[in-house]
Amino acid sequence: MKELRYAFTIASKDVLTEIRTREVLSSVVIFAVLVIIIFNFAFGSSEQAAGLVAPGILWVTFAFTGILSLNRSFIMEKEEDCIEGLMVAPLSREAVYLGKFFGNTFFILLIQLIVIPIFSLLFNISFFNLELVTITILATLGFASVGTLFAAMAVNTRARELVLPVLFFPVITPVLIAAVNASAQVLDGQSFGAISQWMGVIGAFDVIFIVASYLIFSFIIEE
Amino acid sequence: MINSIEVKSLCRNFGSFKALQDVSLVVKPGETLALFGHNGAGKTTLLKVMSTVMKPSSGSVEYGGRDIHKDSGIVRANLGVISHRSFLYSSLTAYDNLVFYSKLYGVVDREKRIKQLLSSLGLKARMYDKVGTYSRGMQQKLSIARALLHQPGIVLMDEPESGLDNKASESLWKLLSEEQRTVVFTHHNLEKGFAAADRVMILSRGKVFFAPDGKCSLAELQDAYSASLETA
Repeated sequence: MKELRYAFTIASKDVLTEIRTREVLSSVVIFAVLVIIIFNFAFGSSEQAAGLVAPGILWVTFAFTGILSLNRSFIMEKEEDCIEGLMVAPLSREAVYLGKFFGNTFFILLIQLIVIPIFSLLFNISFFNLELVTITILATLGFASVGTLFAAMAVNTRARELVLPVLFFPVITPVLIAAVNASAQVLDGQSFGAISQWMGVIGAFDVIFIVASYLIFSFIIEE
Repeated sequence: MINSIEVKSLCRNFGSFKALQDVSLVVKPGETLALFGHNGAGKTTLLKVMSTVMKPSSGSVEYGGRDIHKDSGIVRANLGVISHRSFLYSSLTAYDNLVFYSKLYGVVDREKRIKQLLSSLGLKARMYDKVGTYSRGMQQKLSIARALLHQPGIVLMDEPESGLDNKASESLWKLLSEEQRTVVFTHHNLEKGFAAADRVMILSRGKVFFAPDGKCSLAELQDAYSASLETA
């Protein structure tokens, strides 16, 4: 319980930092909108094209914007060695991981909340149904859990902007494939039962990687 | 309150490089120990291990008989750390930063404590300004406030006076002496460090080079420091 309280304190601090600077949200949302517009021009917004490419475009957009957001989350801890400030405070390394994970999940979901209506408008597809919301939340949890761990690893390297995608994308690929396939089936009019296999893949990934990242984090963060 | 320090046979290696070799020291409650040494002597590494940021390769550190890794939560709650870097978020205000750290340390009556510390360090007028707009010296003062927020029994300081003017340096030592605190600090200036300390120690190439049991004279310290530079 104490650990969760510390984690929420760290996540709240990240949100407050973003409110003060608006660094991540403004740049990431602009980037996301540009990606969607470019794809819209490339594939058009006919019903047939939208049905075929929309899920892929949406998850590519989420993956790229997610990377930008994840990179920033540990860069702010590296400036002035704030991460050491957290390490000498009376909380476990695991609480630090949870705090950053909660913060990253919040930001990625917030970006999705802004991007999805624009995407729906341009591709003339409604994304607001229970199945798609569930897929998005589950995939985002997996995305943020692995991303938080790798962002902590990458921040200590010189080419951190390059290292994070190189480490992150191969690991997150199963979630992206499952999310794209599940989203495509839902847009094709299929129900929860039909996508349960893909949901199972995402759910299993989430459980494994949230637990593994939580346990590994202290080894990554300590010098 | 936990306020004694015992470091036993501490070693820390970075690959084949031995940054600390068999370092042992004891600091009694309320005592102030100054660490000196040439660049790369191992002072910062020793403080990083003592502050739980870095794990030792071998050896142990105990505060009041409690091991820093087995009882890390209790130990860290009694530890204040001032480093080369401020540990402060430049996008947040001074007040935001101190509120954040006071939540992590469970500071009771945090408003009062924050305002008291900021007043003592002459920062109250700018408490709602972003830390990024502060000068180096002001950031160092705020870093002192951050480290003393929870009234720790032990304070570890790596070059605490860097960037501070004379008045701010005086405020630092005054704040530290308000309660019985055990202090270990590094200093690049032998005279100033000697004046502030009860005991001194010189590290050279990761080993204890000079560690008199009691208070030595400044001349002895200067001679030992010169000798340590020859071995560096």
